[in-house]
Amino acid sequence: MKLLVAALGVLFAVAQTPTYRAPHRADGHPDLSGIWQAFVTANWDLQDHEAQPGLHPELDGAYSAGPGGQSIVEGGDIPYQPWALAKKKENFAKRGQVDVSDDKKWHALGDPELKCYMPGVPRATYMPHPFQIVEGSNNTILMAYEFTSATRIIRMNWTQEAPADAWMGWNRGRWDGDTLVVDVTGQREETWLDRAGDFHSDKFHVVERYTPTSPYHMQYEATLEDPKVYTRPWKISFPLYRRMEKNLQLLEFKCVPFTEELLYGKFRKPGVAR
Amino acid sequence: MNAMKAAALSAVAIAIALTVSLSGQGKKPYSAPKTPWGDPDLQGVWNDATSTPLQRPNGTKDVLSDEEAADFQAALANELTRDRRDGGNAVDVNRAYNDHWMDSRRLKITADHRTSLIVEPRDGRIPPLVPLSPERQAARAARAGANARFNDGLPDEHLDMSLPVRCIIRTDSPPYLPTIYNNNFQIFQSPGLVSIAPEMIHSARMIYVDGRPHLNRGLKQWLGDSRGRWEGATLVVETTNFRPDEGVVFQGADPATFKITERFTRVDPTSMNYEFTVEDPRTWTKPWTAIVPWNKVDPGEQMFEYGCHEDNFDIVHFLVGARNRQKNAR
Repeated sequence: MKLLVAALGVLFAVAQTPTYRAPHRADGHPDLSGIWQAFVTANWDLQDHEAQPGLHPELDGAYSAGPGGQSIVEGGDIPYQPWALAKKKENFAKRGQVDVSDDKKWHALGDPELKCYMPGVPRATYMPHPFQIVEGSNNTILMAYEFTSATRIIRMNWTQEAPADAWMGWNRGRWDGDTLVVDVTGQREETWLDRAGDFHSDKFHVVERYTPTSPYHMQYEATLEDPKVYTRPWKISFPLYRRMEKNLQLLEFKCVPFTEELLYGKFRKPGVAR
Repeated sequence: MNAMKAAALSAVAIAIALTVSLSGQGKKPYSAPKTPWGDPDLQGVWNDATSTPLQRPNGTKDVLSDEEAADFQAALANELTRDRRDGGNAVDVNRAYNDHWMDSRRLKITADHRTSLIVEPRDGRIPPLVPLSPERQAARAARAGANARFNDGLPDEHLDMSLPVRCIIRTDSPPYLPTIYNNNFQIFQSPGLVSIAPEMIHSARMIYVDGRPHLNRGLKQWLGDSRGRWEGATLVVETTNFRPDEGVVFQGADPATFKITERFTRVDPTSMNYEFTVEDPRTWTKPWTAIVPWNKVDPGEQMFEYGCHEDNFDIVHFLVGARNRQKNAR
């Protein structure tokens, strides 16, 4: 028994050691293809948070309650400028409010996740849904997310700047040894980082690092920079787990129909039954 | 032999030659490049725009001579383009504004001068419908009523709008057919998987080519469930498990019995044949098949994100407009 424990311990140490060398494909790079998922609770709050009720506990009870979790932010806290910290708190207070009756204020209220908008980067990575990487043999890598079927195309060694803002940003990749580095600019400013109201501006710049640490794990790290909102660049990191179920596939989480009543129900013709 | 009969005969001959070459039995078969893991390499951005209609216009022969093709193309382009001067200044400016968004590649017919994308049945037309069950008649009538309210500017609610207007599915659902814009498709591959990301809405269709079975019958999806296999240089894809909602599958067919088989075959360095066969015994009297040429897009041209629901201002405009019209009519 002791031996088995020791042997498992050695196996574990080998699997988790930072000097893990991923097998290389013919092109000399690791193959990150597969279905991955984060198991942190950062989608509720990047920073330390206790378990919390949903927006309508009087209706949903424990169903929509959120789990507690520890901060994934290096150093614990997001370095907000004072005005931005106040804005984050306001976002949180109004996270469940929705009003799309005025085009100009369309995005002013509510967590974009509540409205089923594409989540942006890095939030897409730590939503409680899997995502799939398709690493082919040309100069692009596809990342496809279950949440609202969002996708982004990673263009490898690309120099052109973002031609327009996009919900999932403009993604340029390169290899740093066995680490896939993705530089993300051109994100729409309306995405949030979590349900706690954490946010960014149109000057948001994210650099992601995907480092294989075993056949079944990658360490994910992102540096978030935004001179309009934060006092300095800051980092988050957590492991990504390879989903191992036989024949597992990315299913649809097409949430638009789940949000239509919330968004558009009040414009229904009076007297027409729901 | 009179001239008309000769023309008809030569059309048959061309059609046969075309069928032979399209089915890959021509003289020197093109050998498609392979991925490092040995599958035919379909990766890249492709464009399926063409003015060749899905169904052959009545009274048109199936394959045209060069001269006839030029006339046919010019006539179609005149109808499709907004870059013309008839109708007065206001109409013309309006058309010009909208033309900016249109894909100019859709103004050309297929390189093989066909007059319909449908190749089977041979008349180039969708086969006749079978009598619909009372349930399907009712479902279609309900949908037609909703469409009519929407077209009259009087939708009762968001559910009166079509799935594309609601940004649920757009041109990302098979069969892929040319539209007025956003005709690009990017194909990604990794061992055991082919993924197609259409330009018009941001989904990626995952086609598993690793021999796994379909999802259980009860697990339905908006875009169905796709499985592929390689037959020589051709990717053959079968898609099932569509959701039952009206409008989910092509032309109001019955999602429960609708079956689509797609075949992707590279035929030369810059083009691919996209062939699909659809069948549904509850909708059409027989299966039918179309071939749409896909052309490789210049690597400098990129596919960009297609947001939809995130800024779907129009859906509110339609509803608010309808409520105001109803208020003012009282």
